[in-house]
Amino acid sequence: MKIAVLVYGSPTASSAAATAYRYARAAIGLGHQITRVFFYGEGVHGASALAAPPQDEVNWGQRWQQLAQEHEIEMIVCIAAALRRGVLNQQEAQRHGKSAANLAAGFELSGLGQLADAALNSDRLITFGG
Amino acid sequence: MILHTVNRAPGSHAALQQCIQALSGPAALLLIEDGVYGATPAFTRLFHRLDGTVHCYVLAADLQARGIDALVDGRFQVIDDAAFVQLSLDCDKMVAWY
Amino acid sequence: MSTPDKQLLVVVGAGPHNATRARDALDLVLTSAAFEIGVGILFRDDAVYQLLPQQQADAIDAKSLAANLQALPLYDVEQLYAPRSALEARGLDPDNLLLPVQLLDDNATAALLHSYGQILSF
Repeated sequence: MKIAVLVYGSPTASSAAATAYRYARAAIGLGHQITRVFFYGEGVHGASALAAPPQDEVNWGQRWQQLAQEHEIEMIVCIAAALRRGVLNQQEAQRHGKSAANLAAGFELSGLGQLADAALNSDRLITFGG
Repeated sequence: MILHTVNRAPGSHAALQQCIQALSGPAALLLIEDGVYGATPAFTRLFHRLDGTVHCYVLAADLQARGIDALVDGRFQVIDDAAFVQLSLDCDKMVAWY
Repeated sequence: MSTPDKQLLVVVGAGPHNATRARDALDLVLTSAAFEIGVGILFRDDAVYQLLPQQQADAIDAKSLAANLQALPLYDVEQLYAPRSALEARGLDPDNLLLPVQLLDDNATAALLHSYGQILSF
């Protein structure tokens, strides 16, 4: 089965990123395909390369990066939600005259059309809210 | 069949009540994250209006993390992450209540 | 327009000024409509406050959500629903709302969820 996942919760103020990760890992373990993970609302903070949690705590952004790399998962970050919250790639940083970019490798900024598409073209869309 | 997930504690948030109000069978109801507190006996009254076509589940890891796995009401089936995935595929769509 | 099993129901539970939830939901609705995906909205819980007619968002320097909601018919988004119980619980008059929404009792709300192909909640 092709499964898409929506992460709509902050990585620090909710468990959305963590529960979604556990779900995705279990799905892959059962032989299913996670086609796309869409980060929206406060969920976009999970795509910041600048998060530096203490070493004895999990960095969920890094976990997602590893999982995505190993299993060819598209990780899409809603561009409007990301810009509003200061999660920018190089191109957007330049466009908006910002001095730095912080979108972690493996994540891609794109539009909400990618979520609408995932809703209709995946076998399932699983939402994790915050 | 719809899979409903609830991730808020019923003692401080109305998500579980609202979910139950809008729920009709056949359906699956899965408590996750802080929602798992809803599986303890103090909240069983909330589930009385559900008939036998609504199956209730609770996520094992979230129970264990909160130290309440021994307190789960008999109405609930405790499931692991893999069973969560299987449940989400057995149902044809989901509604997340949060 | 897409067949019902390919239609999307966006469920929103937040009032107009609760973080960005109401706007995030609306943005997804408008995007879906632009992609010619059939889309409906269920205003549940505090989201019925989005439907109050006399909102003045500029009083708190916020962008008006109501103005965007009123544009929904222009995008052919006309499947708008609210549970009657959500309005009653908040003492709101169903005859005095920003948009023509279909009022549903609890059974009809449950049936609505069953009738759409996909559901996304905010």
